[in-house]
Amino acid sequence: MSEPNTAQPVIRAENVYKVFGRRPEAVVERIKAGETRQDVEKEGTAAVIDATFNVYPGEIFVVMGLSGSGKSTVIRTLNALHPATAGTVEVLGQDLSALSPRELRDLRSKHISMVFQHFALFPHWTVIENAAYSLETQGVEKTERYDRAREVLAAVGLKGWEDSYPSELSGGMQQRVGLARALAADTDILLMDEAFSALDPLIRREMQDELKEIQGQLGRTIVFITHDLNEAMFLGDRIAVMKDGRIVQVGTPEQILSEPADEYVASFTADVDRARVLTAEAIMVGEERLTESDRAAFERHQMAVTSNATLQDIVPVVIEANGPIAVESAESGQRIGYIPLGVLLESLTPQRSEVVPDPEEAN
Amino acid sequence: MEIPVPRIPLGDWVEVALDWILTVLGGFFTFIRTILVGAYDLLLWLLTTPEWWIVTLVLAALGWWLRNWQLAVGTVIGFVIIVGVNQWANAMSTLALVTIATLIAVIFAIPLGILAAKSQTASKVLRPLMDFIQTMPPMVYLIPALVIFRVGVVPGMVATVIFAMAPGVRFTELGIRSVDREVVEAGKAFGSPPGKILRQIQLPLAMPTIMAGVNQVIMLSLSMVVIAGMVGAGGLGGEVVASLNRINAGLGFESGLAVVILAMYLDRLTSMQSKANER
Repeated sequence: MSEPNTAQPVIRAENVYKVFGRRPEAVVERIKAGETRQDVEKEGTAAVIDATFNVYPGEIFVVMGLSGSGKSTVIRTLNALHPATAGTVEVLGQDLSALSPRELRDLRSKHISMVFQHFALFPHWTVIENAAYSLETQGVEKTERYDRAREVLAAVGLKGWEDSYPSELSGGMQQRVGLARALAADTDILLMDEAFSALDPLIRREMQDELKEIQGQLGRTIVFITHDLNEAMFLGDRIAVMKDGRIVQVGTPEQILSEPADEYVASFTADVDRARVLTAEAIMVGEERLTESDRAAFERHQMAVTSNATLQDIVPVVIEANGPIAVESAESGQRIGYIPLGVLLESLTPQRSEVVPDPEEAN
Repeated sequence: MEIPVPRIPLGDWVEVALDWILTVLGGFFTFIRTILVGAYDLLLWLLTTPEWWIVTLVLAALGWWLRNWQLAVGTVIGFVIIVGVNQWANAMSTLALVTIATLIAVIFAIPLGILAAKSQTASKVLRPLMDFIQTMPPMVYLIPALVIFRVGVVPGMVATVIFAMAPGVRFTELGIRSVDREVVEAGKAFGSPPGKILRQIQLPLAMPTIMAGVNQVIMLSLSMVVIAGMVGAGGLGGEVVASLNRINAGLGFESGLAVVILAMYLDRLTSMQSKANER
């Protein structure tokens, strides 16, 4: 995982506002003066209010919120599809508001690519033409861009579909084309706007796994928008939770889960699939918590997992051991703790203190 | 009680304006007239110089190529009927007039439609203008056109262009506006300039709608043909007007039928419907 504060941020958003309507600046002033989103409704829609965050090289930064929370608008301020009404957005050290249209296009084609919720493929073009599009806008010559598009298509599992049209593909495959189009550009930054939300749950899982795998190889900087906290927890190195246009908390998945900033965030975490999020390190206990019989059981098997294994990896090991298991550091291999059966079961259910009204009511 | 409303001398103003236009832009209109007459004569020469059956076969082949063999068969049957009722020459002069009028209308309408789709202001200005030119009784255009371009095929053509242009503009605007927003956004997000987005994404995706507009332009052009006949455009319209003057029901029906056959041919040739059915 990235160590946020040591590197220069790739994206820096500071006090960003985005207001749609006739007099956006006036709305920003009124909100700064303390009025709420509802107060200014007639003047304009305040989609994003005072958003401040940094995105560091190589991390997956997830922005998560319900519909209408402003998350899709936030991502569009990062490549100025919706230029910020107030505040600063810096990408790779360049202030977006200071760029000419031409410089902005240049920045987009060379450094930022985007994956869309409903794929946004060009229906009149074949798969390979779609995948090569990002290279075309970069001015890459035809044979080279087709070669590279072919490679990327193969990497996302679409070998053999190059000459099909998007309408001949399933939703999951179409989004692979969308992903290929974005990856082919070889940009530092990848913006993914609810990229997997329109897919079936099974396909979605598959794509999430694949994205993690691809990210492991390529190490891009990814901003990922989602309304699904499980997805956010699974993919995100860090997560920003949005509500009513404001960012209410930024933190690692475990921080969000264990120290929710307010009741709203807590209400979300209540139904998170903990098995995919919590790691051995987060739930392990020290040797002193083991009972005599635990120790005896452990001595018979001596089974262990690494510290970054998730609960879903741990459960089968515990079943096989039929008793406590050890946790070894992913880096050094040293034994750093234990997981008895009771602790594992406890970790799968939300803590009593975390149980709060469901998201619908909290909303 | 009577409320006196002063007489608005709108008619006088129109005539003064027309006089002024004629003196200032007379040379320009002569130039336009020469070009239109030249184009019309050339096309008419192409359609009437070969034997009628050669032209028929070429038009049928065009139908086959663009659509299907059924249209080719229909074309042959229809055009044989036109020859049978002795309207071939008139039908060809009408076809030439409609073709040129449609081309000019489309050349103006598509850029205007693109402009309206891109700019909210242009859209607001063009909408009432299009309402105006489409609902004004088309004969009204004939009078100034007649004054400016003199009797013959040109005033009919110009009036036709103006009257028939509106759906071309409207459908182009609609077509471009209804291209999926996310797809256009994708073009922008990858850094494509606006002109390229228009050419590569918006126009191709709007094409079925734009073609529906072109089809409407052709149909409106044909409906203007009879009116154009009144100012000496000749062709089938001239025959209809002549039969009306002589109360000649037989001639009227024959020339009317030829208009219907031409309309059906042009409609099938340009409508997207038949193409959609093939898939």
